[in-house]
Amino acid sequence: MKITVNGKEISFTEGLTLNKLLIRQKIKMPEMVSVELNGRILKRPDFDRTILKNADKVEFLYFMGGGSGTE
Amino acid sequence: MALNEKQIERYSRHIILEQFGAAGQEKLLSSKVLIVGTGGLGSPAALYLAAAGVGTVGIADADSVELSNLQRQIIHSTDDIGSKKTASAEKKIRALNPDVIVRSYNTRLRAGNISEIIREYDFIMDCTDNFSSKFLINDACYFEKKAFSHAGVLKFEGQLITILPGKTACYRCIFSSPPPADAVPSCSQAGVLGVLAGVVGVLQATEAIKYVLSIGDLLTDTLLTYNALTMNFRRVHIARNRQCALCGDNPTITELKDDSQ
Repeated sequence: MKITVNGKEISFTEGLTLNKLLIRQKIKMPEMVSVELNGRILKRPDFDRTILKNADKVEFLYFMGGGSGTE
Repeated sequence: MALNEKQIERYSRHIILEQFGAAGQEKLLSSKVLIVGTGGLGSPAALYLAAAGVGTVGIADADSVELSNLQRQIIHSTDDIGSKKTASAEKKIRALNPDVIVRSYNTRLRAGNISEIIREYDFIMDCTDNFSSKFLINDACYFEKKAFSHAGVLKFEGQLITILPGKTACYRCIFSSPPPADAVPSCSQAGVLGVLAGVVGVLQATEAIKYVLSIGDLLTDTLLTYNALTMNFRRVHIARNRQCALCGDNPTITELKDDSQ
């Protein structure tokens, strides 16, 4: 089966949860990532009970600061 | 406000654009845009908005210019090191375009002062580098119903989204609350490509101009991510989050607070 993660297709075996995908994608600090599944932002407690299906579209959205100076 | 001869010449490349005309340029000259943070994002944004003839440019920053800023914060010069960023930016804007009224706020925006400041403006630009400010701007713009552009940059990547509060997805629809302190590296810890901040800041300025003129399609309900290494621009559709604590169905944030990161 295949899913799309941030625009890139990846293959996976059945039963992959979002939490396992985070580990597989080597997301170092998953608590710093928002996850959108098929256009909907997921709540964190749902990560472990969400089992991915063929053709799902996942977006990992990262916190980004940057911009001004030194504060 | 009718354009004088010098203004017709100065803005001639705008005026010949079908979507502008003299009326569009006059609209820009009577518009007010607030730039929060005159750093990597705010520097190019302020210069382009001033050049474009945005009539009032507000700049809010409490910092002073440091040598390590100059790799990307192009409104400031070597001679400005040690000066207040607002003073430095104001000087450059005035030199670039005397049509522009500059209003400087040499202070950090907080829950106690942000609302009355943003109330004066048509469009707000979040060009800050810290998450407590980003959430504060998002929440204040929601309560004051002010359109704004959010952006962030880190290393070789940037992202931005335009938010029409109450109508389109907000920052909290994506990120419910600020990350724990030091969980997300800052540019001073992780680095940032100077020119990347320029690209993203100029995209924010583009949105400000489009909003003021009501032209084109705004970057609403869409997070645009840009990777300078791969040159990929990706549009990620963001739906309004019904569980958003600010703009969702059952909001739990009903007043402004200073988040300590």
